[in-house]
Amino acid sequence: MPVSTKNSALIYSALKQSGIRIMSALPETWLVHLIRMADEDPEMILVRLAKEEEGVGISAGAHFAGVKSAMLMQNHGFLAAINGIVSFAHLYKIPLLMLVSYRGTFGERDPWQTQGGNATEPVLRALGIPYLFLDSPDTVEKRIHQAQTLAESSLQPVALLMMRDLMWEE
Amino acid sequence: MQRLDCLSAIYHELEKCLVVTIMGAVAAELQSLGHRTNFFYLQHAMGLASSTGLGLALCKPNRKIVVLDGDGSLLMNLGMLSTMARYAPKNLVHVVFDNESLLSVGGFPTATRTGTDLEGVARASGIKKAMTVHGVEEFKAAVDAAIRGNELTTIVAKVEAAGPAKYVTDLALLENRFQFSRHVRSLK
Repeated sequence: MPVSTKNSALIYSALKQSGIRIMSALPETWLVHLIRMADEDPEMILVRLAKEEEGVGISAGAHFAGVKSAMLMQNHGFLAAINGIVSFAHLYKIPLLMLVSYRGTFGERDPWQTQGGNATEPVLRALGIPYLFLDSPDTVEKRIHQAQTLAESSLQPVALLMMRDLMWEE
Repeated sequence: MQRLDCLSAIYHELEKCLVVTIMGAVAAELQSLGHRTNFFYLQHAMGLASSTGLGLALCKPNRKIVVLDGDGSLLMNLGMLSTMARYAPKNLVHVVFDNESLLSVGGFPTATRTGTDLEGVARASGIKKAMTVHGVEEFKAAVDAAIRGNELTTIVAKVEAAGPAKYVTDLALLENRFQFSRHVRSLK
């Protein structure tokens, strides 16, 4: 499977360095290595979800307990989690660090991913969610740290869009 | 069985737990008995009280977490039962007040009115200890046992579709949220 093991490890290591101790996840092709790494790490609590919106509650509970969390999801999972983001994370000022694999953009071969690709950034902007891209190994560590810092200081959801150039090796 | 009587019956037991409630009547009625800083009322995001309880239970394994859920909220997030069953935290007590109604938005019947059995769904999702109770004494005994026990438990309490006259209380959402997180973080 041409998902980048090396860059997945880079992302995982940056999450650990940022103090993340609980991760919620729903499998997606680009996330397979990240989820496996979380599963194999005794220092990480991995919560495999049935639907991404559950992850908002998991992260809120963790935040109340003072534990830093991250959410791993596909952009369609982000779209599926919107009510929880708005009526929990925004309403109650809950920090969320959302790592979103950005499917359906340039280079996408799966027709079924393309509509979600079009909707992702407009929806993030409409919700006022700050976001940045993870597109190069050079900036992964810094951007994850910055995103986590902003989520904690602003007490709001923050998204990192994981791009094909980083996640996929042709 | 009235939900308020159920809440009164377990109010004392809730003192040493972390409590997450759903919106509407459950939140208003628990507050009417007396707010405490260990109570968090999720006044929207239907379905996510149970998810929040799971997050707390996994991050605070030495504390008992009680989720006060409802049929309408749980039906919006049935998949959560499978997630809870998967991790089955021993310190999580999941109470579902089933009034077969979306009471706070006009009393429309939920699917439990027409036969959906939430205890059965919980059990089939993998929650080994699931039960349905119909009387206040039975309810109190079940909740007390679950709080003292050491196993994920879902207790479906069949209650009447009756609630308070109003749902908005004096406690601001963010005041409750910060009180609660401060309280949780103060615990060992």
